[in-house]
Amino acid sequence: MSTGSAHTEIAIHRSGAQRMGFFTDTTVCIGCKACEVACKQWNDLPADGSVPGKGASYDYTGDLSASTWRHVRFVELLEPSPQLREEAQRALESGGGNKFPAIPASGAIDLVDAAQAGDGAADVAEAVSKMGDWVFMSDVCKHCTNAGCLDACPTGALIRTEHQTVVLQPDVCNGCGYCVPACPFGVVDRDPQDGRAGKCTLCYDRLEDGLEPACAKSCPTDSIQFGPHEELVEIASRRVARLHERGIEGAYLYGAGDEPDEQLAGGLGAFFLLTEPPELYGLPAQADSPVQENVVPATLAAVGAGLLASAGAVIAFVAAGRLSRRRPVRESW
Amino acid sequence: MAEAHPVGFRWVMKAKERGARVIHIDPRYSRTSQLADTYVAIRAGTDVAFLGGIIRHVLETESYFRDYVIQYTNASTIINEQFRDTEELDGLFSGFNPDTGLYDRSSWMYEGGEVASAAGVREHSTESFNERTGAGMMMGNVERDETLQHPRCVFQILRRHFSRYTPEMVERICGVSREDFMAVADALITNSGRERTGMFCYANGWTQHVEAVQMIRTAAILQLLLGNVGRPGGGIMALRGHASIQGSTDVPTLYDLLPGYLSMPRAREGHLTLEDYIDTGGADRGWWSFFDTYIISPLKAWFGDAATKQSDYGFAHIPKLTGNHSHYATMLRALDGGVDGFFVMGQNPAVGSAHSGLQRRALAKMKWLVVRDMAEIETATFWRNSPEVQSGELRPEEIQTEVFLMPAASHIEKEGTFTNTQRLVQFRDKALDPPGDARSELWFMHHLAKRVKAHYAGSDRDRDWPIVNLKWGYPEHGEMREPDVEAVLKEINGYEVASGRPLSSFTELRSDGTTACGCWIYSGIYEAGVNQARRRRPGDIAAEGGTVSPEWAWAWPANRRILYNRASADPQGKPWSERKRYVWWDEEQGRWTGYDVPDFPADKRPDYRPEPDARAMDAIGGADPFMMMADGRAWLYTPSGLLDGPLPTFYEPVESPVKNLLYPKVGTDPATIRWKRPENPLHATGDPRYPVVATTFRLTEHHTAGGMSRSVPWLVELQPEMFAEIDPQLAADRGIENGGWMTIVTERAEIEARAKVTDRLRPLRVEGCVVHQLGLPWHWGYSGLSRGDTTNDLGVLTADPNVSIQETKSFTCDVRAGRRHRASTARLAGAALRGHDVEPSEDDPLAENPKEASE
Amino acid sequence: MTPSGSRPRSFESLRRVPVIGRVMDWGMGPSAASERTRRAEARIAGMKVTESVCPFCAVGCGQLVYTRAGELVDIEGNPRSPINQGTLCPKGASSRQLVQQPGRLTKVKYRRPGGSDWEELELERAMDMIAERMIAAREDGWQDTDRHGWRVDRTLGLAHLGGATLDNEENYLIKKLFTAMGAIQIENQARI
Repeated sequence: MSTGSAHTEIAIHRSGAQRMGFFTDTTVCIGCKACEVACKQWNDLPADGSVPGKGASYDYTGDLSASTWRHVRFVELLEPSPQLREEAQRALESGGGNKFPAIPASGAIDLVDAAQAGDGAADVAEAVSKMGDWVFMSDVCKHCTNAGCLDACPTGALIRTEHQTVVLQPDVCNGCGYCVPACPFGVVDRDPQDGRAGKCTLCYDRLEDGLEPACAKSCPTDSIQFGPHEELVEIASRRVARLHERGIEGAYLYGAGDEPDEQLAGGLGAFFLLTEPPELYGLPAQADSPVQENVVPATLAAVGAGLLASAGAVIAFVAAGRLSRRRPVRESW
Repeated sequence: MAEAHPVGFRWVMKAKERGARVIHIDPRYSRTSQLADTYVAIRAGTDVAFLGGIIRHVLETESYFRDYVIQYTNASTIINEQFRDTEELDGLFSGFNPDTGLYDRSSWMYEGGEVASAAGVREHSTESFNERTGAGMMMGNVERDETLQHPRCVFQILRRHFSRYTPEMVERICGVSREDFMAVADALITNSGRERTGMFCYANGWTQHVEAVQMIRTAAILQLLLGNVGRPGGGIMALRGHASIQGSTDVPTLYDLLPGYLSMPRAREGHLTLEDYIDTGGADRGWWSFFDTYIISPLKAWFGDAATKQSDYGFAHIPKLTGNHSHYATMLRALDGGVDGFFVMGQNPAVGSAHSGLQRRALAKMKWLVVRDMAEIETATFWRNSPEVQSGELRPEEIQTEVFLMPAASHIEKEGTFTNTQRLVQFRDKALDPPGDARSELWFMHHLAKRVKAHYAGSDRDRDWPIVNLKWGYPEHGEMREPDVEAVLKEINGYEVASGRPLSSFTELRSDGTTACGCWIYSGIYEAGVNQARRRRPGDIAAEGGTVSPEWAWAWPANRRILYNRASADPQGKPWSERKRYVWWDEEQGRWTGYDVPDFPADKRPDYRPEPDARAMDAIGGADPFMMMADGRAWLYTPSGLLDGPLPTFYEPVESPVKNLLYPKVGTDPATIRWKRPENPLHATGDPRYPVVATTFRLTEHHTAGGMSRSVPWLVELQPEMFAEIDPQLAADRGIENGGWMTIVTERAEIEARAKVTDRLRPLRVEGCVVHQLGLPWHWGYSGLSRGDTTNDLGVLTADPNVSIQETKSFTCDVRAGRRHRASTARLAGAALRGHDVEPSEDDPLAENPKEASE
Repeated sequence: MTPSGSRPRSFESLRRVPVIGRVMDWGMGPSAASERTRRAEARIAGMKVTESVCPFCAVGCGQLVYTRAGELVDIEGNPRSPINQGTLCPKGASSRQLVQQPGRLTKVKYRRPGGSDWEELELERAMDMIAERMIAAREDGWQDTDRHGWRVDRTLGLAHLGGATLDNEENYLIKKLFTAMGAIQIENQARI
């Protein structure tokens, strides 16, 4: 039986093959969703409808699914809370900027708890300073080193390729769905029509002809980079260092560059450069075992993200902001 | 830019990685704002005040690029003593006639100069390039004061004109804090001068205003003061919104233009000859001295052997304008029953044109309508499911409009050229035949022309002369009998009549009928019989100067990538700095050289100085980079060409919640075109019923009026519904919930949308009150896979006096919670039918509805 | 940091035995590539490719259009274009579906005066009808002179509004024919 540290076997061998992956740098993502469309175009995936009721967001995709293999998540730090702003206005009154007109006083301040629980006004001030933030992140299958889905698959439909990517073979899949809960990231989903699972193949077919995956190719700002995993990690680490130099101290890698025993799911083939705590992007803080001992269920992550869409969620946001300040760099995650 | 031109933004992001500072100024926080270093929220329509404030700051702090300003602009030129500025006349320039709403512009002239008289010609908007650059202007002996001290020199006039545009005033008008304003001003100043350049990018946020031209002019003045024109990394970049919208003005389908920005002739008393036209359209100095060759060559291309000196090249048969015949004026005529038939090709006015309810009612008044498109767009189905039909105002059985909906070929099913936003003309190869009966517009026009020519063959009526003699010999190929696109391109390029040899450049054009050329600025695109637009050698863009990619496609004019690039070198012809070298004088070779094609006579020495009586290009000195202008200088002050002022002046939008702080007596631009009609009601300034400012915008996931995106499932799922962005304070005040329905109301219409309550829009504090702004995407209509209310139903028809564009980027409205209770345009039901026993205006509806009559 | 190599060859061959091999795969991670997976290749390999330009905004991104036997298979960014270097935005990336859109028109639709529905019309017949109407409108709205008696030599009977996705060559023919017919109300999205 496999264990937490075991590597799943490579099903296809090709001499000279090396681990390939995605490095998704959220700091240059413009939220255009070219990756979503390019993926559907190449993989002939149908438009599968929109998720309604996302409020102020431009994200109608909602989540990855059997027919949506790239998803641009809009982290709505711009969600409204007049009370927050009023409170913040007071907290910031020494600043004197007074860029917003006074907002009529309102009795209920939903941030009192948050402010009292933490460092008080300073947290709110930071929350407001971040209200100019609207973070975009293109989510995708992580192609984990320890892939829960692959371990759970009883049919051999999920395999690890010569590129050490995890590919789902639709001609083998029987639609049992064991892979779905086995994924700590909520990536795998079953098609409501034929029941078979579907997810990103890292464009296995294109790779066979030396083409880069459709999403990475289309990305207008190179937020999605494709290449040998080792090289990408190097590029990404340099990028983090550069961002730190520029004062973006919250930048860190999610899923790469950690100590071996701290790697998320043993390390992610598709990893990310983030500037906010992972929960804000709907990503679990931990996902380190293919036998799913220690997994933050994807649903929980989703709930976390959903919470943020409500005014009350700013509490979570402020709290998370503190967390990220205490442990600003990747090691924490 | 990230929002509507994501791939263009690729290069902004690369520049940002290299240290460029990105500033985004917009009423709403968009995806672009998120990626910018600085975001400044501004009240819609106040850009002239904002930019004017920076101009003042640059002048007062002497931060302008002095050498550039003195040598390359008309800063030192002395203006006619009759001229009076808006500061002296409470917001009007000298020459205003309140009865006509028009300016007599003679007092705006340079001292010693004059404008050729065009007696009897009624002034109206025109986009012609020659008129904009001083055509018809006789320079005489222009006086200059290079110390810039003369009280009537442009520099001092400019200083006085903007003297009250202080940071405090900017804050009070625009709602931009002094800190933010100063941050922008400082960034611009820091990034200009010899070593650095800064660039402005704009899109419809500037163009869709009644003061559109002047907004862009303000940026031009600022860029000239900072020395940012004609230099790499400088300039003003129009981010145009359609694949070949640039081409649509170059090779125009615009009422006031002939190909290459030549003006359409205007009716006048007596017989208008070609010579008259050339006299008023050309210039005795500078590039427009070649004007005669530019107009005779297309006449030769159109009328072939019949275009002779004896026949005045057929010029008399070119139809003449008597006023404004722009799109909106035409639709008003149609509403009055004055237009029988309408061709709509790849366009969707039922959704995309302002006051679209009025557009649809006008369609119902036509005898026939031809729509060419790939999908069943709203314009083609107005008789079936428009809001006016849904409300019962119009009944299909009573709509007599005959509709032909013609299937069109897609971009890969035909070959031809698009001209992109950088004037780069790129040829597309054809991948497939169009399906079924779908055809290209080239096919359509060609086979229509053949039928028309057959009908009139042999006619000896005078009016049929241009059809009978129309040269139309394009070869056909394939089963579909598609005309040969390269034959058309060759005609656009021009050829020697006797030999058929394609011309290499417009410098080969002649005024004696020996050359034919469809569009002079495109001459050279088929040089040596080779389709230059099909060149696909990118070169090494990492090399020094490599980003010019001169062998990737072809740019007009003459494959130049940066216009007026002579200005990238100093008066002596040396690059202003090594960092910014682009085009320079090579003394050894005795030529201008560089990374780009020099925009200057190749062998004109930098130290060449014209004799006082020099004419044509001999009158342009070697240190006068702006050779299209009669004085070779860039114009800070525009003595001729614009109808609403030689300098930009801040006027409030036509619909505004607040009064004009700078010019309370005038308020809005006095020269604005307003069509005063019962079905075009306008909100008065400060109308308490409509306190909210609305501005329209585009989403990354959709395209214009939706004809190319609401039929594409992959795009529809990404943005499936019409929404409005509203700030939290206004939403709370009106009980509008995030994600809930809201209704937006104007005198023209009311539409419903899902509310996005968001800080992307922020209330602004503007002199004495809080202004709330509403963001409205305008992609939706009543057809397609995704349907929703049409934002343009809300708008009013008013227009910029210079170019007749509508003001959709700023109008007033009100909002309320919940859905609308009736059809969107029901409030104007019947208005379009009332009071129209008037005869349709034969030329200019504006003239039929004089301002004074209804004001 | 990469995973270890494969299992022994003998083990690998055992996996190919029916039933046993499949049982071995269950829940144990190692599994086999299917025939389809082994044959995977980019479906555009070896196909006819045509260089085009995106029809949406004015940036002018280069596109590569892959076709097989008259069928459109794929449209993606042209890596050689110095404008977009292979990238596309969501609209550009959706171009194939624009061409293959579910409601794509392939036949002329005709709505007669007062009609309540579309009728189908042969293309050549439609062209004849349009030409007739256009000529009639020209004559109907013809003016030799305006109300001041100034020569205008024009017709106000017909108008045109073009989108800005038309080719330059198309615009040229539009302006040329309509001007020769005396029509002046020839306009474009560029005004709007």
